[in-house]
Amino acid sequence: MSDKLIIGEEKLENRLFTGTGKFPNQEIIPDTIKAANSEVVTMALRRVNFDTPEKNVINYIPDNCRLLPNTSGARTAEEAIRIAKIARAAGCGNWIKIEVISDNKYLLPDNQETIKATKILAKEGFVVLPYVSPDLMVAKKLEEAGAAAVMPLGAPIGSNRGLKTKELVRILIDEIELPIVVDAGIGKPSQAAEAMEMGADAVLVNTAIATAEDTIAMARAFDRAVKAGREAYLAGTGKVKNKASASSPLTGFLGE
Amino acid sequence: MSYYDTYSKFKNVNFSDYLKQITAQDVTKVLTKDNLDQQDFLTLLAPAASNFLEELAQKAHELTIQHFGRTISLYAPLYVSDYCVNQCSYCGFNVTNDFQRNKLNLSEVEKEAQAIAKKGFKNLLILTGESRTHAPISYLKEVIKVLKDYFPSLTIEIYPLETEEYKELIATGIDGLTIYQEVYDEEIYDQVHVKGPKKNYRFRLDAPERGCQAGMRKVNIGALLGLNNWQEETFWTGLHAQYLQNKYLETEINISVPRLRPHIGSYQPNSIVKNKDLVQIMLAYRLFLPRIGLNLSTRESAQLRDNLIPLGVTKLSAESSTAVGGYAHDKDEKQFDISDDRTVDEVKEMLIKKGYQPVFKCWHRI
Repeated sequence: MSDKLIIGEEKLENRLFTGTGKFPNQEIIPDTIKAANSEVVTMALRRVNFDTPEKNVINYIPDNCRLLPNTSGARTAEEAIRIAKIARAAGCGNWIKIEVISDNKYLLPDNQETIKATKILAKEGFVVLPYVSPDLMVAKKLEEAGAAAVMPLGAPIGSNRGLKTKELVRILIDEIELPIVVDAGIGKPSQAAEAMEMGADAVLVNTAIATAEDTIAMARAFDRAVKAGREAYLAGTGKVKNKASASSPLTGFLGE
Repeated sequence: MSYYDTYSKFKNVNFSDYLKQITAQDVTKVLTKDNLDQQDFLTLLAPAASNFLEELAQKAHELTIQHFGRTISLYAPLYVSDYCVNQCSYCGFNVTNDFQRNKLNLSEVEKEAQAIAKKGFKNLLILTGESRTHAPISYLKEVIKVLKDYFPSLTIEIYPLETEEYKELIATGIDGLTIYQEVYDEEIYDQVHVKGPKKNYRFRLDAPERGCQAGMRKVNIGALLGLNNWQEETFWTGLHAQYLQNKYLETEINISVPRLRPHIGSYQPNSIVKNKDLVQIMLAYRLFLPRIGLNLSTRESAQLRDNLIPLGVTKLSAESSTAVGGYAHDKDEKQFDISDDRTVDEVKEMLIKKGYQPVFKCWHRI
């Protein structure tokens, strides 16, 4: 049975989104994306060289991938909106990942500015994927604002600390209709699997892949972990109990 | 509140005595910590820490890869004027040094821009000698308007300005500010800045903060290593960077580690900073402030720069000319002599060989 993720009007087979930052060179990006089986690839518009096409990061993203330009560098909603419009005008499509970060120490997103930018860009026809600190009320407002998905962080960007915000992300998964894509903080395939097992719709991984000794092998490992996590979620993982319960109960005969 | 308050709290500490007391055990303890406080930072500058450089380097390398990846941003400096009104005993632009001063007209600026842009640079640092008369704000604004067409990111390294003036330059197209305190020790500052407006210690000290308040995206600070003992100056610089990073979250704070270089004056450094010391300085910065940008210029030799890269560097200048008009034409009068004279292609090749991606563009003007 097919299990597709729908964002905007696009049906996606694969639930591992990848990034293009922090790689030791751009030439290994295509093989890494291929190993990850990613269909959605994010890139910072501020890193795109429009006037020197041969060094343009976009050229290293396989044609069958959906470009997800991000507004990295934006400190306010207004800046994010301008970056989104530049990206669209430059031919990067109408998907946009809103990153509004005005904290250079931890790189935590500014949820309020993100909501503002989402509202305006969604009205202008963008497929908006906002990157946020996980907060139910914020996610609800993003839903109302017309976001196509919500991207809560698992831990601060690049920290590889894993799903530190697990309980909050779980609430978003339970309460929000939109796809939940766990973005930032995932450092190991097991952590990606953990997010998928609990019902996240997708994960975005950059640092853990781009800074691995072998980026291609790590991308492959993440692909497998995301698929395994999703399969386990669909299979219905067993309930967590405080006490042991025997798989062959001794008093089972009483119910016969 | 200004950084001067932080400086004042520590300025009477006897650093030399304090650092001598630090033991190997103290350093080992700091190495196990994830978040370093100011005292931990000072511990890493102690003589005892110099026996742990490899351990510190491993940690610094890991932190840098985690936060910045295997990428190094490249930039070029452009000197548009070498007129200066200050008498700084350590600088080639000193007003008492007799040489043919130059200032580029706008068509010369454009020629320089074309020569630099051809090399692939997208980040440009605009420098002047410190003279409001020869390089007034109005002139700088005209220069910026010309350069904007060639470079998506423009940083200035000029005399300190008022907040409103920084705002004017930002509105014209500047996104970064570089300003070095040169020396944090107030007494030495007074001695080496013999005459001129640069004597005003506080006005210079607060300039990076005014830049943050004006809305600069990037602010780069530093001490000119050699004017005072390096442990003290590194401590002040690190605390200054921390102060700015904590107070102005939206600004990217960077540190440079310039060492005094030969120039046309006769100044001899007060304190020799050996290569090993420079390594210790950079490692201490990276461990204390894991997300800070660390900038290494062509003041250092090619061989040393290559070896310093994995220790925490995030930004490099390349194929630099420190002479006004030095890109389109060869010029003799330089602020200081550079040490790494490789072409940008050679630097790129070296980075790629070391497993790093040279990044030319990291901002898109909006």
